[in-house]
Amino acid sequence: MRARSRDDFRHLLLLLPAGIVFAAFFLVPLGQLFLIGGSGKSGYAGYADILVHPKYLRSLVSTLALAAATTVATLLLSTTAGLFLVRNAFPGRALLVAMLTLPLAFPGVVIGFMVIMLAGRQGLIGDVTQALTGEKLVFAYSMAGLFMGYVYFSVPRTVLTIMASAEKLDPRLEEAARSLGASRLRVLADVILPGLKPALLAAGAICFATAMGAFGTAFTLATRIDVLPMTIYTEFTLQANIAVAAALSFVLGAVTWAALALARTASGATVAAAG
Amino acid sequence: MTEVARSVAIKLRSCSKTFPDGTKALQPLDLDVGAGETLVILGPSGCGKTTTLRIIAGLDEPDPGGKVLFDGEDVTPVPIERRDVGIVFQSYALFPNMSVRENVAYGLRVRRRPAAEQRSRADEMLAMMRIEALADRRIDQLSGGQRQRVALARALAIRPRALLLDEPLTALDAKLRETLRVEIDGLLRRVGITAIYVTHDQAEAMALGDRIVVMEHGRVAQIGSPREIYRAPKSRFVADFIGTMNKLPGRAEAGRFVTAAGSIPWSREAGAAEAAFRPEDARIVPAGPDALRATVTTSFFLGDRTRLVLDVAGTAVTVDSSERAAWTRGEAVHLAVPPQALIDLGDRA
Amino acid sequence: MRGRGIAFHLQLAFTLLLASFLIVPVLASMLAGVTANYLSGVAGGLTLRWLGEVWSGYAGQVVSSLGLGLACLACTLVLGVPAAYVLARRQGHVARMIEELLVMPVAVPGLATALALIVTYGTWGDFRTSWSFILVGHVLFTLPFMVRSVLAVMAAIDLKTLEEGAASLGATFGQRFLGVVLPNARPGIVAGALMVLTLSVGEFNMTWLLHTPLTKTLPVGLADAYASLRLEVASAYTLLFFVMIVPLLVAMQLLSKPLGSGRRQDR
Repeated sequence: MRARSRDDFRHLLLLLPAGIVFAAFFLVPLGQLFLIGGSGKSGYAGYADILVHPKYLRSLVSTLALAAATTVATLLLSTTAGLFLVRNAFPGRALLVAMLTLPLAFPGVVIGFMVIMLAGRQGLIGDVTQALTGEKLVFAYSMAGLFMGYVYFSVPRTVLTIMASAEKLDPRLEEAARSLGASRLRVLADVILPGLKPALLAAGAICFATAMGAFGTAFTLATRIDVLPMTIYTEFTLQANIAVAAALSFVLGAVTWAALALARTASGATVAAAG
Repeated sequence: MTEVARSVAIKLRSCSKTFPDGTKALQPLDLDVGAGETLVILGPSGCGKTTTLRIIAGLDEPDPGGKVLFDGEDVTPVPIERRDVGIVFQSYALFPNMSVRENVAYGLRVRRRPAAEQRSRADEMLAMMRIEALADRRIDQLSGGQRQRVALARALAIRPRALLLDEPLTALDAKLRETLRVEIDGLLRRVGITAIYVTHDQAEAMALGDRIVVMEHGRVAQIGSPREIYRAPKSRFVADFIGTMNKLPGRAEAGRFVTAAGSIPWSREAGAAEAAFRPEDARIVPAGPDALRATVTTSFFLGDRTRLVLDVAGTAVTVDSSERAAWTRGEAVHLAVPPQALIDLGDRA
Repeated sequence: MRGRGIAFHLQLAFTLLLASFLIVPVLASMLAGVTANYLSGVAGGLTLRWLGEVWSGYAGQVVSSLGLGLACLACTLVLGVPAAYVLARRQGHVARMIEELLVMPVAVPGLATALALIVTYGTWGDFRTSWSFILVGHVLFTLPFMVRSVLAVMAAIDLKTLEEGAASLGATFGQRFLGVVLPNARPGIVAGALMVLTLSVGEFNMTWLLHTPLTKTLPVGLADAYASLRLEVASAYTLLFFVMIVPLLVAMQLLSKPLGSGRRQDR
């Protein structure tokens, strides 16, 4: 066992720095957060109160609904575009791919500003609707604007995931299905979408988790949008209600982490979110 | 001839291997490899052959109590990087971040030899493998056969005490495998290095080995020269694993082997028995007292010979015939097997 | 290729529309950053005035953000590459569990992590007000990307056999790690490094809570600008951010392409 234990020791040593930083600055603080979440007036029942208190419950439900809507919309848009780009070769395709994936990793605040550029008071959509109908459409500073921002944020990453997965699909499966007489729609439903399922699950989970937990976009658009991260922020800074903010954060973290873990188990693929 | 290697005699003493999950990969094994000998370890996957090689290399350690000796020196605690053995891996393990020459010189580089020596030794090795022209190529620009040659050159460049080859030809196509087998055989004879060659391919084993170790379930099934292994397999497993072996059930009595299709001479202790023989040892003969009755099931014309599958009283028997005759399906023939070609694999299992 | 029917053109139009949804606001904001008055459009004339204003007011934050990004990169390299190596070499459940744990900061919203850091270390005087407080948050959040990226490359190259090959030739652990492991993991390290820089420079979710008036980063400044300044200045500031981030994003795109096609040729 000499060589083995030498390897073990070496590996432990190499893992140690990351482990220490991670434990000291993530695990311990998260534990602390949990404790503080239970330090409010009602103790650990404070966690249950979140689900009973209409204000927090409303916030939680609307955040879940927003995240779900974002996920569905993003998957629909990205799958359509991603499949099209993988299955067709035409001049300008590379440029189109570059355009679709450029905003990857734009931070939430900037995306909030992009939404303002589109649907804000001086936005392009407002200009267009005013020219067409005489009425200026402005929805940036509402739930609809936030929805648009989250879709904007998630499309690049999702398109990439779906394209990577679609490129790996075995074209012979599709050829086999067609040789058996399947129409294009049937091929899509029976061969292509099932083949993309792991990617859809993975990308969908990331979408959901980011829409649940993102903060920058909502912050840029308006402080009054009633989503969980904004509620946490207000509780913490304006009300100085640290126990509630901690409990809400902990619940939020648990929900997003569970969504990703669930998707990973279901898809067998590796899933990671981005802020 | 350039000096290539120092050859050591290798001994394994009660080397067993148990994996962390409790699987016994290797039963306690004693093995002696002479200096300069080419020993082939042959067996199906999971038989312990690669584990044995990895123990000799120092990539795995035997369970406590096992010992590896190089010329009598106990090298069991010596880690691989100080054991001085050349290894050719199945996947070659060539470094993609280095050119061919850098790969071959790597062993000298980590030994901090002068740059000039590194280069001249690498070039010498490349010349020996006749791949000088590839010296500056990247690894991903090489074909499978070329990679194989680079891997050999790299392993030999350090003047190893032994050369260990782990299924080196498995990743190649059949034709190339044949060519490289001949080449490796020539190389090993020329260099005279102690070589241990692991394979699951019996043709490779027969062609390359001074001796062959056949392994099964972590145990040695038989050790012997290729001729011994082929002609006198000691067990049903060895008989089946190497070449084609016919097995005919019947009874031994009064110096004859009696089957439902007639009898042939065989002096063996009386009782139920199974006679085993190789396809090329049986002959199609005219009807007679020392021949078995058979019916042709199929015949394949293979050019240099014809392979017949016969039905001998319900048992399928394969016979190779070099006669210029043609057989038709269902034709009745007679089969003779000389007594010295009959192998006793023990009582019927 | 078959003749292109209506389906092709419909999908093309759809994809173009989606691409414009993403790109048009970027272009519009870049333009707004250099127009004298966005309401009157380009006709009103172009100006570098806003950019100058932003630069004189916020150059410090730009420099801070870059410095923070580089420091974060250094940390993730030192912590993440060895960790990825161990995770690549280890097969067992423990290794997979550690991997799962290490990527958790990505799954947990930055807001929650930041809050957790504040309630735990917020009272540690100088630490709370120093740049290292933000750096810790950024390292936590970006480390998983470095680990993942390096791990993916290491898993694809049969690291174990390469290392055994090097060891059989006499290389010590240090020689193997520096001469074989790191060079062959380079694509993953470079991709991870670009990702870490991009994310650190743009990180807001945590930074907003972790920052102090003396430790402001570019995205924090952006949020300030969006909240309080006129559209042209906000746009100019965004333009500055794009100038920093877009080269990183383009480099990431270019980098990922030859890698993908190279793998295909091997098959």
